[in-house]
Amino acid sequence: MDSINITSAQYMSVDGENRGIKIVVDGVEMSVPLDPANRHYDEIQRQVEAGTLTIADAD
Amino acid sequence: MSNARNLANLLGTGTQITTAYIADGAFQANRNLVINGAMQVAQRGTSGATGNGYNSVDRFRIASGGTSQWALTQTQETDAPTGFSKSTKYSCVTAETTLDAADWAGIQYTFEGQDLQHLSYGSASAQSITLSFWVKSSATGTFGVSLFQPNDSRIIGSTYTISSANTWEQKIITFAGDTTGIIDNVNTEGLRIYWLLAAGSIYTGTDNTSWKAYTSNAFADGHAVNLIDSTSDNFYLTGVQLEVGDTATPFEHRSYGDEFAKCQRYYEYGRIAQVDTPVITGSFVVLKRAAPTMTRLGNTWTASEGGTFGSLDNSTYYVSSGGVSYVGGQWSADAEL
Repeated sequence: MDSINITSAQYMSVDGENRGIKIVVDGVEMSVPLDPANRHYDEIQRQVEAGTLTIADAD
Repeated sequence: MSNARNLANLLGTGTQITTAYIADGAFQANRNLVINGAMQVAQRGTSGATGNGYNSVDRFRIASGGTSQWALTQTQETDAPTGFSKSTKYSCVTAETTLDAADWAGIQYTFEGQDLQHLSYGSASAQSITLSFWVKSSATGTFGVSLFQPNDSRIIGSTYTISSANTWEQKIITFAGDTTGIIDNVNTEGLRIYWLLAAGSIYTGTDNTSWKAYTSNAFADGHAVNLIDSTSDNFYLTGVQLEVGDTATPFEHRSYGDEFAKCQRYYEYGRIAQVDTPVITGSFVVLKRAAPTMTRLGNTWTASEGGTFGSLDNSTYYVSSGGVSYVGGQWSADAEL
Protein backbone atom coordinates (compact mmCIF):
# COMPACT_ATOMS: atom_id res chain seq x y z
CA MET A 1 0.00 0.00 0.00
CA ASP A 2 3.08 2.20 0.09
CA SER A 3 6.38 1.83 -1.71
CA ILE A 4 10.10 2.20 -0.99
CA ASN A 5 11.84 5.11 -2.72
CA ILE A 6 14.66 3.29 -4.56
CA THR A 7 16.68 5.70 -6.69
CA SER A 8 19.33 3.29 -8.02
CA ALA A 9 20.09 -0.43 -8.10
CA GLN A 10 23.19 -2.36 -9.13
CA TYR A 11 24.22 -5.99 -8.75
CA MET A 12 27.05 -6.67 -6.27
CA SER A 13 29.65 -9.18 -7.37
CA VAL A 14 32.14 -11.10 -5.22
CA ASP A 15 34.65 -13.19 -7.24
CA GLY A 16 32.43 -12.85 -10.30
CA GLU A 17 29.26 -14.09 -8.63
CA ASN A 18 26.25 -11.86 -7.98
CA ARG A 19 25.79 -11.83 -4.19
CA GLY A 20 23.20 -9.11 -3.86
CA ILE A 21 21.92 -5.80 -5.13
CA LYS A 22 23.26 -2.44 -4.00
CA ILE A 23 20.42 0.08 -3.78
CA VAL A 24 20.06 3.68 -2.68
CA VAL A 25 16.95 4.51 -0.64
CA ASP A 26 16.39 8.12 0.38
CA GLY A 27 20.10 8.74 -0.13
CA VAL A 28 21.23 5.74 1.96
CA GLU A 29 23.19 2.91 0.31
CA MET A 30 22.08 -0.62 1.24
CA SER A 31 23.06 -4.16 0.25
CA VAL A 32 20.07 -6.34 -0.48
CA PRO A 33 20.43 -10.16 -0.53
CA LEU A 34 18.88 -12.22 -3.31
CA ASP A 35 16.22 -13.54 -0.93
CA PRO A 36 12.54 -13.35 -1.94
CA ALA A 37 11.61 -13.10 1.75
CA ASN A 38 13.57 -9.86 2.07
CA ARG A 39 11.19 -6.90 1.78
CA HIS A 40 13.68 -4.76 -0.15
CA TYR A 41 14.33 -7.57 -2.66
CA ASP A 42 10.59 -8.07 -3.01
CA GLU A 43 10.12 -4.36 -3.66
CA ILE A 44 12.99 -4.32 -6.21
CA GLN A 45 11.30 -7.14 -8.12
CA ARG A 46 7.97 -5.33 -7.99
CA GLN A 47 9.47 -2.10 -9.35
CA VAL A 48 11.46 -3.93 -12.05
CA GLU A 49 8.29 -5.72 -13.21
CA ALA A 50 6.46 -2.39 -13.21
CA GLY A 51 9.19 -0.94 -15.42
CA THR A 52 10.10 1.79 -12.93
CA LEU A 53 13.50 0.39 -11.91
CA THR A 54 16.42 -1.15 -13.77
CA ILE A 55 19.20 -3.11 -12.08
CA ALA A 56 22.60 -2.23 -13.49
CA ASP A 57 25.28 -4.88 -14.02
CA ALA A 58 28.01 -5.26 -11.41
CA ASP A 59 31.21 -3.25 -11.83
CA MET B 1 -10.46 -27.31 46.67
CA SER B 2 -9.17 -26.85 43.11
CA ASN B 3 -6.01 -25.00 42.24
CA ALA B 4 -8.14 -22.51 40.31
CA ARG B 5 -10.21 -21.82 43.44
CA ASN B 6 -7.01 -21.40 45.47
CA LEU B 7 -5.75 -18.90 42.92
CA ALA B 8 -9.01 -16.98 43.04
CA ASN B 9 -8.79 -16.81 46.82
CA LEU B 10 -5.22 -15.57 46.61
CA LEU B 11 -6.24 -12.86 44.19
CA GLY B 12 -9.04 -11.89 46.49
CA THR B 13 -10.96 -10.26 43.69
CA GLY B 14 -13.95 -12.51 43.50
CA THR B 15 -12.95 -13.35 39.96
CA GLN B 16 -14.65 -16.52 38.78
CA ILE B 17 -11.56 -18.40 37.69
CA THR B 18 -12.70 -21.59 36.06
CA THR B 19 -10.82 -24.32 34.30
CA ALA B 20 -12.35 -23.07 31.07
CA TYR B 21 -11.14 -19.54 31.79
CA ILE B 22 -7.61 -20.81 32.28
CA ALA B 23 -7.87 -22.99 29.19
CA ASP B 24 -8.99 -19.94 27.23
CA GLY B 25 -5.53 -18.54 27.74
CA ALA B 26 -6.05 -15.86 30.34
CA PHE B 27 -2.88 -17.01 32.10
CA GLN B 28 -0.82 -18.02 29.09
CA ALA B 29 2.61 -16.52 28.65
CA ASN B 30 3.27 -14.83 25.33
CA ARG B 31 -0.44 -14.27 24.74
CA ASN B 32 0.44 -10.82 23.40
CA LEU B 33 1.23 -11.39 19.74
CA VAL B 34 2.73 -7.91 19.42
CA ILE B 35 6.49 -7.45 19.90
CA ASN B 36 7.59 -4.24 21.62
CA GLY B 37 4.01 -3.21 22.40
CA ALA B 38 5.25 -1.13 25.33
CA MET B 39 7.61 0.74 22.98
CA GLN B 40 10.66 -0.05 25.16
CA VAL B 41 13.08 -0.87 22.34
CA ALA B 42 14.30 1.75 19.87
CA GLN B 43 17.43 0.34 18.22
CA ARG B 44 17.34 2.94 15.44
CA GLY B 45 17.30 5.78 17.95
CA THR B 46 14.81 7.70 20.01
CA SER B 47 14.44 10.38 17.36
CA GLY B 48 14.10 9.13 13.85
CA ALA B 49 13.94 10.34 10.28
CA THR B 50 10.81 11.53 8.55
CA GLY B 51 8.92 9.51 5.99
CA ASN B 52 7.74 5.97 5.49
CA GLY B 53 9.66 3.26 7.25
CA TYR B 54 11.00 2.09 10.60
CA ASN B 55 12.37 5.29 12.06
CA SER B 56 12.49 4.89 15.83
CA VAL B 57 10.85 2.26 18.06
CA ASP B 58 11.23 -1.27 16.75
CA ARG B 59 8.48 -3.01 14.79
CA PHE B 60 6.24 0.07 14.38
CA ARG B 61 6.59 2.06 11.17
CA ILE B 62 5.20 5.13 9.48
CA ALA B 63 3.16 4.20 6.43
CA SER B 64 1.52 6.51 3.94
CA GLY B 65 0.50 6.88 0.34
CA GLY B 66 -0.68 9.43 -2.15
CA THR B 67 1.11 12.62 -3.03
CA SER B 68 2.78 12.82 0.40
CA GLN B 69 3.13 16.59 0.60
CA TRP B 70 3.11 16.18 4.39
CA ALA B 71 5.87 14.76 6.56
CA LEU B 72 5.69 12.73 9.75
CA THR B 73 8.37 11.91 12.28
CA GLN B 74 8.44 9.09 14.80
CA THR B 75 10.11 9.32 18.22
CA GLN B 76 10.31 7.35 21.45
CA GLU B 77 8.94 9.26 24.42
CA THR B 78 8.80 8.90 28.20
CA ASP B 79 5.26 10.31 28.23
CA ALA B 80 3.17 7.22 29.00
CA PRO B 81 0.05 6.18 30.90
CA THR B 82 0.26 4.62 34.37
CA GLY B 83 1.98 1.25 34.20
CA PHE B 84 4.13 2.11 31.19
CA SER B 85 7.41 3.98 30.88
CA LYS B 86 7.63 4.59 27.13
CA SER B 87 5.46 5.47 24.18
CA THR B 88 6.00 6.30 20.53
CA LYS B 89 4.97 9.67 19.17
CA TYR B 90 4.07 10.55 15.59
CA SER B 91 4.38 14.26 14.86
CA CYS B 92 3.39 16.16 11.76
CA VAL B 93 6.35 18.34 10.73
CA THR B 94 5.01 19.40 7.32
CA ALA B 95 1.26 19.88 7.11
CA GLU B 96 -1.23 19.26 4.33
CA THR B 97 -4.38 21.20 5.11
CA THR B 98 -6.56 19.57 2.46
CA LEU B 99 -6.11 15.89 1.67
CA ASP B 100 -6.09 14.68 -1.90
CA ALA B 101 -8.41 11.76 -2.56
CA ALA B 102 -5.57 9.20 -2.58
CA ASP B 103 -3.66 10.55 0.42
CA TRP B 104 -3.43 8.53 3.59
CA ALA B 105 -1.12 8.21 6.58
CA GLY B 106 -0.92 5.81 9.46
CA ILE B 107 1.09 3.60 11.76
CA GLN B 108 1.74 0.02 10.70
CA TYR B 109 2.62 -3.15 12.60
CA THR B 110 3.20 -6.40 10.68
CA PHE B 111 3.10 -10.02 11.90
CA GLU B 112 4.82 -13.03 10.37
CA GLY B 113 2.34 -15.50 8.95
CA GLN B 114 3.90 -18.44 10.76
CA ASP B 115 3.22 -16.74 14.11
CA LEU B 116 -0.53 -16.59 13.46
CA GLN B 117 -1.36 -20.16 12.48
CA HIS B 118 -3.24 -20.75 15.74
CA LEU B 119 -5.84 -18.21 14.56
CA SER B 120 -7.05 -20.91 12.11
CA TYR B 121 -7.99 -18.33 9.50
CA GLY B 122 -9.61 -19.75 6.42
CA SER B 123 -11.54 -22.35 8.40
CA ALA B 124 -14.76 -22.57 10.38
CA SER B 125 -12.60 -22.49 13.52
CA ALA B 126 -11.19 -19.02 12.80
CA GLN B 127 -10.50 -17.28 16.11
CA SER B 128 -11.60 -13.82 17.17
CA ILE B 129 -8.77 -11.52 18.18
CA THR B 130 -8.81 -8.51 20.47
CA LEU B 131 -6.63 -5.44 20.01
CA SER B 132 -6.03 -3.16 23.00
CA PHE B 133 -3.85 -0.06 23.10
CA TRP B 134 -3.31 3.25 24.85
CA VAL B 135 -3.49 6.38 22.74
CA LYS B 136 -3.16 10.12 23.19
CA SER B 137 -3.94 12.53 20.37
CA SER B 138 -3.84 16.26 19.87
CA ALA B 139 -7.17 16.03 18.03
CA THR B 140 -10.44 14.44 19.04
CA GLY B 141 -12.77 12.54 16.74
CA THR B 142 -13.35 9.17 15.13
CA PHE B 143 -10.24 7.23 14.16
CA GLY B 144 -10.01 4.11 12.03
CA VAL B 145 -7.98 0.99 12.69
CA SER B 146 -7.75 -1.76 10.08
CA LEU B 147 -6.37 -5.27 9.76
CA PHE B 148 -5.06 -6.20 6.32
CA GLN B 149 -4.26 -9.80 5.41
CA PRO B 150 -1.94 -9.62 2.37
CA ASN B 151 -1.83 -13.31 1.39
CA ASP B 152 -5.43 -13.23 0.17
CA SER B 153 -5.83 -9.42 0.18
CA ARG B 154 -8.49 -9.32 2.89
CA ILE B 155 -9.54 -6.42 5.10
CA ILE B 156 -11.50 -5.73 8.26
CA GLY B 157 -11.71 -2.52 10.23
CA SER B 158 -13.27 -0.65 13.06
CA THR B 159 -13.34 2.80 14.56
CA TYR B 160 -12.72 4.25 17.99
CA THR B 161 -13.39 7.67 19.44
CA ILE B 162 -10.89 9.95 21.08
CA SER B 163 -13.05 12.19 23.23
CA SER B 164 -10.44 14.26 25.08
CA ALA B 165 -7.44 15.86 23.40
CA ASN B 166 -3.96 15.25 24.84
CA THR B 167 -5.26 12.66 27.31
CA TRP B 168 -4.26 9.02 27.54
CA GLU B 169 -7.16 6.68 26.79
CA GLN B 170 -7.25 2.91 26.41
CA LYS B 171 -9.11 1.47 23.43
CA ILE B 172 -10.26 -2.13 23.00
CA ILE B 173 -11.48 -3.57 19.71
CA THR B 174 -12.44 -7.17 18.95
CA PHE B 175 -12.29 -8.50 15.39
CA ALA B 176 -14.05 -11.64 14.22
CA GLY B 177 -11.97 -14.46 12.78
CA ASP B 178 -11.76 -14.69 9.00
CA THR B 179 -13.28 -17.99 7.88
CA THR B 180 -12.32 -17.34 4.24
CA GLY B 181 -8.84 -15.87 3.92
CA ILE B 182 -5.90 -18.13 4.76
CA ILE B 183 -2.77 -16.77 6.42
CA ASP B 184 0.13 -18.59 4.81
CA ASN B 185 2.47 -20.49 7.15
CA VAL B 186 5.57 -18.57 6.09
CA ASN B 187 8.20 -16.16 7.40
CA THR B 188 6.81 -13.29 5.36
CA GLU B 189 3.81 -11.05 5.99
CA GLY B 190 0.70 -12.60 7.52
CA LEU B 191 -1.26 -9.67 8.92
CA ARG B 192 -0.88 -5.90 9.25
CA ILE B 193 -2.45 -3.51 11.73
CA TYR B 194 -3.00 0.07 10.56
CA TRP B 195 -3.80 2.90 12.94
CA LEU B 196 -5.08 5.58 10.57
CA LEU B 197 -4.08 9.22 11.06
CA ALA B 198 -5.52 10.57 7.81
CA ALA B 199 -7.41 9.08 4.89
CA GLY B 200 -8.51 10.61 1.59
CA SER B 201 -11.91 10.03 0.09
CA ILE B 202 -11.01 6.89 -1.89
CA TYR B 203 -10.32 5.00 1.35
CA THR B 204 -13.79 5.33 2.87
CA GLY B 205 -17.33 4.53 1.83
CA THR B 206 -17.43 0.73 1.99
CA ASP B 207 -18.34 -0.92 5.29
CA ASN B 208 -15.37 -2.85 6.67
CA THR B 209 -16.77 -4.20 9.92
CA SER B 210 -16.62 -7.77 8.61
CA TRP B 211 -13.85 -9.51 6.66
CA LYS B 212 -14.02 -8.98 2.92
CA ALA B 213 -11.85 -8.80 -0.18
CA TYR B 214 -9.75 -5.65 -0.06
CA THR B 215 -11.01 -2.59 -1.86
CA SER B 216 -9.54 0.83 -1.30
CA ASN B 217 -12.89 2.20 -0.08
CA ALA B 218 -12.83 -0.27 2.81
CA PHE B 219 -9.30 0.52 3.95
CA ALA B 220 -10.20 3.32 6.38
CA ASP B 221 -13.98 3.39 6.42
CA GLY B 222 -15.27 5.61 9.21
CA HIS B 223 -11.98 7.42 9.79
CA ALA B 224 -12.88 11.11 10.10
CA VAL B 225 -9.78 12.95 11.37
CA ASN B 226 -7.00 14.63 9.41
CA LEU B 227 -4.06 14.43 11.78
CA ILE B 228 -1.57 15.79 9.25
CA ASP B 229 -3.22 19.17 8.67
CA SER B 230 -1.14 21.11 11.21
CA THR B 231 2.40 21.00 12.52
CA SER B 232 0.94 20.90 16.02
CA ASP B 233 -0.67 17.51 15.29
CA ASN B 234 0.66 14.53 17.21
CA PHE B 235 -0.38 11.01 18.16
CA TYR B 236 1.06 8.85 20.95
CA LEU B 237 0.74 5.07 21.13
CA THR B 238 1.77 2.41 23.67
CA GLY B 239 0.49 -0.68 25.48
CA VAL B 240 -0.36 -2.41 22.21
CA GLN B 241 -1.61 -5.95 22.67
CA LEU B 242 -3.24 -8.36 20.23
CA GLU B 243 -4.52 -11.59 21.71
CA VAL B 244 -6.74 -14.48 20.79
CA GLY B 245 -10.32 -14.27 22.01
CA ASP B 246 -12.94 -11.61 22.48
CA THR B 247 -11.69 -10.24 25.81
CA ALA B 248 -8.81 -7.87 26.47
CA THR B 249 -6.64 -9.09 29.35
CA PRO B 250 -4.17 -6.87 31.21
CA PHE B 251 -1.11 -5.92 29.17
CA GLU B 252 1.51 -8.64 29.23
CA HIS B 253 4.68 -6.89 30.38
CA ARG B 254 7.83 -8.62 29.20
CA SER B 255 11.38 -7.80 30.30
CA TYR B 256 13.45 -5.37 28.24
CA GLY B 257 15.86 -8.20 27.43
CA ASP B 258 13.08 -10.44 26.15
CA GLU B 259 11.62 -7.69 23.97
CA PHE B 260 15.07 -6.68 22.70
CA ALA B 261 15.87 -10.23 21.61
CA LYS B 262 12.49 -10.55 19.88
CA CYS B 263 13.15 -7.28 18.04
CA GLN B 264 16.59 -8.52 16.91
CA ARG B 265 14.91 -11.12 14.74
CA TYR B 266 13.97 -8.15 12.55
CA TYR B 267 16.76 -5.62 13.12
CA GLU B 268 20.23 -5.71 14.65
CA TYR B 269 23.34 -3.54 14.62
CA GLY B 270 26.98 -4.22 15.42
CA ARG B 271 30.57 -3.60 14.43
CA ILE B 272 33.60 -5.48 13.12
CA ALA B 273 37.14 -4.62 12.01
CA GLN B 274 40.17 -6.45 10.71
CA VAL B 275 43.43 -5.57 8.93
CA ASP B 276 44.71 -6.77 5.53
CA THR B 277 41.93 -9.26 4.82
CA PRO B 278 39.99 -9.37 1.54
CA VAL B 279 36.77 -10.71 3.10
CA ILE B 280 35.63 -11.24 6.68
CA THR B 281 32.44 -12.76 7.98
CA GLY B 282 30.50 -12.50 11.22
CA SER B 283 27.43 -14.00 12.84
CA PHE B 284 24.27 -12.21 13.89
CA VAL B 285 23.43 -12.38 17.59
CA VAL B 286 19.90 -13.54 16.74
CA LEU B 287 18.90 -15.50 13.64
CA LYS B 288 17.08 -13.18 11.32
CA ARG B 289 13.61 -13.69 9.88
CA ALA B 290 15.24 -13.77 6.43
CA ALA B 291 18.57 -12.75 4.92
CA PRO B 292 18.72 -9.08 5.94
CA THR B 293 19.51 -5.90 4.07
CA MET B 294 22.89 -4.59 5.28
CA THR B 295 23.76 -0.92 5.69
CA ARG B 296 27.09 0.60 6.61
CA LEU B 297 26.52 2.99 9.52
CA GLY B 298 30.08 4.24 10.08
CA ASN B 299 33.57 3.19 11.09
CA THR B 300 34.56 1.08 14.07
CA TRP B 301 38.00 2.44 15.05
CA THR B 302 39.78 4.14 12.15
CA ALA B 303 38.72 6.64 9.52
CA SER B 304 40.44 4.63 6.79
CA GLU B 305 38.17 1.61 7.21
CA GLY B 306 36.23 0.45 4.21
CA GLY B 307 34.53 -2.45 2.55
CA THR B 308 31.05 -3.40 1.50
CA PHE B 309 28.67 -5.25 3.81
CA GLY B 310 26.28 -7.95 2.69
CA SER B 311 24.39 -10.88 4.16
CA LEU B 312 25.03 -14.48 3.14
CA ASP B 313 21.84 -15.77 4.78
CA ASN B 314 19.84 -15.19 7.95
CA SER B 315 22.79 -16.09 10.21
CA THR B 316 25.93 -14.64 8.60
CA TYR B 317 27.15 -11.38 7.12
CA TYR B 318 30.34 -10.50 5.26
CA VAL B 319 32.49 -7.48 4.47
CA SER B 320 34.43 -7.48 1.22
CA SER B 321 37.38 -5.13 1.21
CA GLY B 322 37.38 -3.78 -2.31
CA GLY B 323 41.12 -3.22 -1.89
CA VAL B 324 41.15 -1.19 1.33
CA SER B 325 43.61 -2.11 4.08
CA TYR B 326 41.24 -1.89 7.03
CA VAL B 327 38.09 -3.90 6.49
CA GLY B 328 35.12 -3.29 8.70
CA GLY B 329 32.82 -0.75 10.22
CA GLN B 330 29.50 -0.42 11.97
CA TRP B 331 26.56 -2.13 10.34
CA SER B 332 22.83 -2.65 10.60
CA ALA B 333 20.92 -5.72 9.45
CA ASP B 334 17.28 -5.15 8.49
CA ALA B 335 15.01 -8.17 8.12
CA GLU B 336 11.82 -6.29 8.84
CA LEU B 337 8.55 -7.11 7.17
